[in-house]
Amino acid sequence: MKKITKETYLQWYEDMLFWRKFEDKLAAVYIQQKVRGFLHLYNGQEAVLAGSLHAMDLEKDRMITAYRNHVQPIGMGVDPKKVMAELFGKVTGTSKGMGGSMHIFSKEHRFYGGHGIVGGQIPLGAGLAFADKYFKRDAVTLCYMGDGAVRQGSLHEAFNLAMLWQLPVVFICENNGYAMGTSVARTSHSTEIWKLGLGYEMPCGPVDGMDPVTVAEEVHKAVDRARKGGGPTFLEMKTYRYRGHSMSDAQHYRTKEEVEEYKKIDPITQVLDVIKDKRYATDGEIAAIDKRVKEMVKECEEFAENSDFPPIEQLYDVVYEQEDYPFLPHKL
Amino acid sequence: MKTIQFREAIAEAMSEEMRRDDSIYLMGEEVAEYNGAYKASKGMLDEFGPERVLDTPISELGFAGVGVGSAMIGNRPIIEFMTFNFSLVGIDQIINNAAKMRQMSGGQFNIPIVFRGPTASAGQLAATHSQAFESWFANTPGLKVVVPSNPKDAKGLLKSAIRDDDPVIFMESEQMYGDKGEVPEGEYTIPLGVAEIGREGSDVTIVSFGKIIKEAYAAAEDLDKEGISCEVIDLRTVRPMDSEAILKSVKKTNRLVILEEAWPFGNVATEITYQVQQHAFDYLDAPIVKINTADTPAPYSPTLLEEWLPNKEDVIKAVHKVLYK
Repeated sequence: MKKITKETYLQWYEDMLFWRKFEDKLAAVYIQQKVRGFLHLYNGQEAVLAGSLHAMDLEKDRMITAYRNHVQPIGMGVDPKKVMAELFGKVTGTSKGMGGSMHIFSKEHRFYGGHGIVGGQIPLGAGLAFADKYFKRDAVTLCYMGDGAVRQGSLHEAFNLAMLWQLPVVFICENNGYAMGTSVARTSHSTEIWKLGLGYEMPCGPVDGMDPVTVAEEVHKAVDRARKGGGPTFLEMKTYRYRGHSMSDAQHYRTKEEVEEYKKIDPITQVLDVIKDKRYATDGEIAAIDKRVKEMVKECEEFAENSDFPPIEQLYDVVYEQEDYPFLPHKL
Repeated sequence: MKTIQFREAIAEAMSEEMRRDDSIYLMGEEVAEYNGAYKASKGMLDEFGPERVLDTPISELGFAGVGVGSAMIGNRPIIEFMTFNFSLVGIDQIINNAAKMRQMSGGQFNIPIVFRGPTASAGQLAATHSQAFESWFANTPGLKVVVPSNPKDAKGLLKSAIRDDDPVIFMESEQMYGDKGEVPEGEYTIPLGVAEIGREGSDVTIVSFGKIIKEAYAAAEDLDKEGISCEVIDLRTVRPMDSEAILKSVKKTNRLVILEEAWPFGNVATEITYQVQQHAFDYLDAPIVKINTADTPAPYSPTLLEEWLPNKEDVIKAVHKVLYK
């Protein structure tokens, strides 16, 4: 694995802070009704992404996840302005405004969605890895899911196939404790999600998902194994989300105290503490990062605001590869 | 021309395309070592090896999804369902992922995949194994739906389906795999979305597709002896539908019977009925009649199944009705 250096910490701090503020901005514009539909925010889970990105080869590895998916493509290199524009439904968005919050894609940056059906992306992740093995490419796919998704049959079918064919894929469950408003304990006899790998003899284990260093180390072991032909791994990231499942979630299922407890181990705070302890940056330098992040988020909002909505023809243009597909009329 | 079985037409189409393009693979239950549950992939494991002809566990959701995922980055998979009845446990991957990926990604990811296997009834298999979901799939934007009725069309259409850059549902029949028919000796394809006039006539148009069209041809033979000339249109592709071919024929015959093996509520025949009344209302000399299966799950008992399935006599009756005979 690449060494974790001063630069890594500073990068992590800036990235994670940007993701957090980006999501906070989305929450704000959602209330202003500039962003509609469902909105699932990543706040609290940032260490999982930061650690994973450090462990990946960003020149070739792939990422796919569910609908809590705004900041992962940014981590993979997508221009955050385009992500913001997608949520505003603008033609400059990552999917030209066709996908919205739950469906962010970037072919260029090897980010394969952005999927709205719980667990539906898990076989797709195995499929990406299947293609890489088929074509003897050297890439590894990181396939993410929430704790709710692991009770879908799709996980079990994909696990079996991935082990059977020894596919280069790392399955990562981001266990934030709640599937919408239902805790893991209320829907599962066994609450140790990582143990689901055992039934398939898949290497698996729990990981502290609030610490990017631990995440990076464990993901790197898994990516390395996959790249060397050792097949899939299943990691359970123990993490937490501060905000509701989506913006319409009143969060009656948990206490404020519980949320406060987790904020004590906030991934951004943890990284900032290291930066301060090791004097990786002065207070002035940290303030400069904070300022830069704030400006970048503002730029994203302005770009999204000032972009155009898509032309009506686009409704038809993106459905089929066939250019002259004869759509039926839907009204006079 | 040469005479081959329907199953051989399927195997020839897949094999010819796989020789042409290394990105194509065949995946499904029993497709490799068993040579296909209905021997529609006979010899393919031997020719292409286990990397390109893959047996799967009974995991339709899993392997349908693997197919779609691999199609996002370069493969052109052929995913076989032992029957489309079993596609229901994997239908999320077809409807939510294969059909919508291009649209949801703003055109970034087209999915060049074929899902194929038998559809509809095949003898006394009862309720769970006798279903025709053509209209379900055809209802979904993003998909194309092809239902051939003979070996020549099966081969030419399957080759086009495999070459198509959009997801295609390709539906066969257990009861057609043994059918023999003439196919051209050399390379040929048949374009998707183009119907064929299977029998020319002037008094009434009968539109059908898939194996049930045989009942229409049989009825047309009998009706010919009565002096009634039937034009039989084989749709071949259900989505997109060749509406022009239907309208042209109806404008000539002024009468329309539609034969479709499917439950009657909101099926392909319903759509044809709407389009014809919308675009050829003044040409119709009688109300359109559609013939479908009974509005019930398929029964097992032979006498009930006979009543449930449309047959030649039903077609003759319908033709008499639209001719006021």
